[in-house]
Amino acid sequence: MNDLKLPAIDYAALAPMLILFGVACLGVLVEAAVPRARRGLVQVPLGLLGLVAALVFVIAEAGTRKRTAGEAIAIDGPALFLQGAIIVLGVVALLLIAERSLEPGGPFVAQPARPVGSEADRSQAAGEGGATEAYPLVMFALAGMLLFVAANDLLTMFVALEVFSLPLYLLCALARRRRLLSQEAALKYFLLGAYASAFFLFGIALIYGYAGAITFSRIHQAVTAGTGSGVLLFAGLALLAIGLLFKAAAAPFHVWTPDVYQGAPTPITSLMAACTKTAAFGALLRVLYVGFPGATWDFRPIIGVIAILTMLVGAVLAVTQTDMKRLLAYSSIANAGYLLVGVLAMTPEGVSSTLFYLVAYGFTVIAAFAVVTLVRDADGEATHLSRWAGLGRRSPLFAGVFTFLLLAFAGIPLTSGFTSKFAVFGAAFGGGQVWLVVAGVVTSMLLAFPYLRVVVMMWLSEPGESTPSVSVPGAFTSAALVIGVLVTLLLGVLPGPLLDLTTRAGDFVR
Amino acid sequence: MSLSAYVPIIALFALAAAFALFSVGVSQIVGPKRYNRAKLEAYECGIEPSPQPVGGGRFPIKFYLTAMLFIIFDIEIIFLYPWAVTFDALGLFGFVEMILFITTVFIAYAYVWRRGGLEWD
Repeated sequence: MNDLKLPAIDYAALAPMLILFGVACLGVLVEAAVPRARRGLVQVPLGLLGLVAALVFVIAEAGTRKRTAGEAIAIDGPALFLQGAIIVLGVVALLLIAERSLEPGGPFVAQPARPVGSEADRSQAAGEGGATEAYPLVMFALAGMLLFVAANDLLTMFVALEVFSLPLYLLCALARRRRLLSQEAALKYFLLGAYASAFFLFGIALIYGYAGAITFSRIHQAVTAGTGSGVLLFAGLALLAIGLLFKAAAAPFHVWTPDVYQGAPTPITSLMAACTKTAAFGALLRVLYVGFPGATWDFRPIIGVIAILTMLVGAVLAVTQTDMKRLLAYSSIANAGYLLVGVLAMTPEGVSSTLFYLVAYGFTVIAAFAVVTLVRDADGEATHLSRWAGLGRRSPLFAGVFTFLLLAFAGIPLTSGFTSKFAVFGAAFGGGQVWLVVAGVVTSMLLAFPYLRVVVMMWLSEPGESTPSVSVPGAFTSAALVIGVLVTLLLGVLPGPLLDLTTRAGDFVR
Repeated sequence: MSLSAYVPIIALFALAAAFALFSVGVSQIVGPKRYNRAKLEAYECGIEPSPQPVGGGRFPIKFYLTAMLFIIFDIEIIFLYPWAVTFDALGLFGFVEMILFITTVFIAYAYVWRRGGLEWD
């Protein structure tokens, strides 16, 4: 009976994930034990401390290249870089989530189960403290994302996918204002997400049938050996890719994005746009670069077409949007296309440029959503585009900041948008993917139009009766906004240090 | 591959089917038949099937809460059984892992308990 072999587990390498899971569990206990009024006061420092502690352990592991826990987890350059990026972006998003001065009670509803429009609902809209369950849910989601980018076999990756998806579904439903829209968003995200998970799981089954293993190194051996049925391999890889591209919001698996981004509480939208995207592309990188580089010539044309379609759909439909959050959602879809261009380079530069793009885009998008939380009237956020007309006259500072962020999205030089696009296009060019670069440049020009339209509206229109005021941000939102804008500027002017870091971090362990 | 490996499974299927048919048949013959209102209602978990409330209405979810809590402990037991069988082989490592697992389940339980999930009304 005593011949059981236990896998060696490197607890230091797993520490960031364990810390965040622990903090999330502690957060649940806080919800159970601490009186309602004081929960927020405990949860915010707890969450921030946990994230900082996790970041310390990520940095301490820098340079590690190993697989642990029976090859289920890979701790290498990309994993550590992505974990660090998710944690830092998570901190900034958590600042937005913790903001309570913009709206009495914060961005979340007090009792999500109360029927919309009932007497109890009207009284809670007036300023009852929001549901603090949001904090442990965010921690669970972030912990799942950390595991997602470090997963070295398909089943671990699937478990991580579920761990970070389920809290996000719940968080989408918690908006204080426009609750029906929020609940609709959560339901759509949940149903479509469950569907995508099923695709992913079926892909795992087919790949297991092909390779006889679920770890990426064994799959790589099977793919390069070329034995086994091609049908299983390609059907399996296609289903896996559908599951991942759904989370990354690539067309034609993007249809949930505008609805969910619009309906979810804006801080949660920023969390999804920054962290979920980072996690999804981190996992996609590992699957394609570690598991299936032997099939590059087979999947590159297909995912290349998806990349072009994603850029086109994002750019063209962004032009027609009338809601700021939906506009940013389509912009996020288009950015998924540019990220795919970097991924498909299939070179070390492809990895490093994608990592750089994820960080640059994450900070910019969080700052953009931070501005969206500020432009409000009596009914909450005024997200309709027509309401933003003339904002430049009413509040030049915030209109200026938002203009800068939009120019960064459009890829104007001296912003991180330019350097990151330059990096991914350069990598794709170096990888021989000129067709993707051409499509990327053309759609970037197309995508500049909706951004510039907003800029023109904000500055060149007269403010009308319905132009909302811009709230003075509290300390948390100010901090998030300043961090986002500074990083956007810094990575545009001085991208060298981060580019060096991504180049050094771009090496997967197999 | 030999199909004989599947014989026990087929036998189990046959046994299960036979038991189901036997139980239904026997209860028809020997069971007492005392009807009351509740027995004639459609089986729906917590919902009054008729009359339908206006606009779908709200229905109590306490049945669902109880059922979900049951599932959590059910899963816990499923993990506890094989662990108990191989306890000697797993040793201290297995013991610590199981304590951690039970702790996380207990945290969820504490949350439900403190927030009133176990109160029926």
